[in-house]
Amino acid sequence: MQDRNHLARVKATHQVEVIENGLIDIPMLQILQSDGTLHPGASAPPLSQDVAVKILHTMQYIRILDERMIAAQRQGRISFYLACTGEEAAAVGSVAALSDQDMIMSQYREQGALAYRGYSTAQFMNQMFSNQLDPNKGRQMPIHYGDKALNFMTISSPLATQIPQAAGYAYGQKMAGNDAITICYFGEGAASEGDFHAGLNMAAVLNCPVVFFCRNNGYAISTPAEEQFAGDGIASRGIGYGIKTIRVDGNDVLAVYAATQEARRIAVEQRCPVLIEAMSYRLAAHSTSDDPSGYRSRDEEDKWRAKDPVARMIHWLDSQGWFDESQNSKWLEQSRQEVLAALKEAEKVPVNPIEDIVEDVYDSVPWHLSAQLEQLKSHIKKYPEVYPKTSGRVK
Amino acid sequence: MARMNLLQAVNNALTIAMEQDERVMVFGEDVGHFGGVFRATSHLQEKFGKPRCFNTPLTEQGIIGFANGLAAQGAVPVAEIQFGDYIFPAFDQIVNETAKFRYRSGGQFSCGTLTIRTPYGGGIAGGHYHSQSPEAFFAHCPGLKIVIPRDPYQAKGLLLASIRDDNPVLFMEPKRLYRASVADVPEDDFELPLGKADLVQEGRDITLVGWGAQVEILQKAAQMSLQDGISCEVIDLRSILPWDRLMVAESVMKTGRLLINHEAPLTGGFASEIAAAIQEQCFLYLEAPIARVCGLDTPYPLAHEKEYMPDEYKTYEAIKRTMTY
Repeated sequence: MQDRNHLARVKATHQVEVIENGLIDIPMLQILQSDGTLHPGASAPPLSQDVAVKILHTMQYIRILDERMIAAQRQGRISFYLACTGEEAAAVGSVAALSDQDMIMSQYREQGALAYRGYSTAQFMNQMFSNQLDPNKGRQMPIHYGDKALNFMTISSPLATQIPQAAGYAYGQKMAGNDAITICYFGEGAASEGDFHAGLNMAAVLNCPVVFFCRNNGYAISTPAEEQFAGDGIASRGIGYGIKTIRVDGNDVLAVYAATQEARRIAVEQRCPVLIEAMSYRLAAHSTSDDPSGYRSRDEEDKWRAKDPVARMIHWLDSQGWFDESQNSKWLEQSRQEVLAALKEAEKVPVNPIEDIVEDVYDSVPWHLSAQLEQLKSHIKKYPEVYPKTSGRVK
Repeated sequence: MARMNLLQAVNNALTIAMEQDERVMVFGEDVGHFGGVFRATSHLQEKFGKPRCFNTPLTEQGIIGFANGLAAQGAVPVAEIQFGDYIFPAFDQIVNETAKFRYRSGGQFSCGTLTIRTPYGGGIAGGHYHSQSPEAFFAHCPGLKIVIPRDPYQAKGLLLASIRDDNPVLFMEPKRLYRASVADVPEDDFELPLGKADLVQEGRDITLVGWGAQVEILQKAAQMSLQDGISCEVIDLRSILPWDRLMVAESVMKTGRLLINHEAPLTGGFASEIAAAIQEQCFLYLEAPIARVCGLDTPYPLAHEKEYMPDEYKTYEAIKRTMTY
């Protein structure tokens, strides 16, 4: 039997030595200054004009979508919404550095990743209006997107559950022998869940090609980061699990892109996990059910508004000669129109017929669900006015 | 045919599944080179390599979370939870994730290929945390299948069917029978249907329903009752979710009496569901109240294990009470 000595790496000491927080100093990668020039000593990652403009457009598009849908929720047209204002660079910059074959497993504030992959405005709307064109068949709350064709795993509300799942998904990719990896997004609050520990440890021990991407935006609903953890953020934990780790300025889209590109390279070549911690700020309310004025100051928000990732990217594109103000304004206006038109369209599409309520629980409908459906249908037929969404189509 | 105990039957089923489909992967705590604390996974790592049969860190939520991701990717994970008592850290992953994966994504993604194996049940001096029967917690969860075999033949056929079923299956193995139950088991590949009960013994006067290791208890009680001239029909439910209501109802319409037995505590146990459903469907046929012979509503005790268990004597007494109602 093989001799395994887990003490092999341990250095002895003969005095009592206490290891304190701060001994490992994890720096934050920054490439772009807020005026769009490079930090001294930094260099921009190789990025074509097309990709750079697509990144900007995606961030701007998400901002438009977020603004419009918050308004739609306020008007009672959809039940719920959740914006990512201020954090657009994290999801968009990271996904831009991936292959389209890579699986995305997200928490819920990464709509930018989905938009970058090509999810259409109509698709966003159909999901949010839970109509019969929604690929989730109208079963989940708004913003719980998923798209198999785009390799975007359907979102679920329970926090951090996707973290060990991402390890398993990536293990499957490795076993299938392809070069695809999995990227797994989560917030710093979710990182306090047991599933974070489970997922990172399993990914490290089982050598899973997964990039764990933490959006550390300072708040989990009302809970500030200092009530979430006492250590050096989330990055320091990666080291403890034996995971290669990068901390990055989450409002600097070039830094996010460069870090993710490197993380992906390591994951593919070395078949191992990498952790990225993107430092940012949740300028948006947690969701439409939240009002941040109850737990943080306007001043604090303004300080972060000045670090806007979108403005920073515009400055940089401008310095490359890749930005045209009037063209961009026109594009913004077009996008607003597109969002509004798609919203009105999706609103008119009916929900699925009632038969759908028992589909997909199993691969086929078992006897007890068929019986329950029949009972429900005859009830709806008796009281059609009480169930207007479905009664018209009950046979 | 070969003589196998229940563990050997499980091991044989896993071997066949892994030979037949290279996407099948077996993992959990100590299942690798060591072959599992009960040796259910003996020699699998040797035969199929470490990437397909491996140890995981000691984290149940991690094991099932990992398995969910692996299943969603298209692999066929057979995850082991060392004891059913330790499945609760994975409850969130099973109930909120595994079971809802297909429904919530509109069928785009699923964990249908997942099988979770776990030893369950008492009778081995296991105290609180090596004896529990948690099936009813999961029976309340749409999207899962729950399967429990009673002997080596059933174990092999049902496990192979579970691994190949396109729905997540919680496969619970009665550990007190692991070595105690020995039977002739075909060496070839075969499957037994999920969702179908098995008529173990025909009878006229009363229907006895149970599953797993308790089926043997029902058979003993039926034997004892025979001396009093009572003819018992014994049904092994085999699948807890979805369960075979048709077979139980048909039997009760014939006998007019029903007794359900399980090791798990009475309150909220799966017998409640069976009793309610059968009284609804067979109201005019019932000649006595439906009897439930179950574990007490206490944690599983050590010193009083014998007293706690719904054994053949308690079952026999309940049969007589029901017959003389």
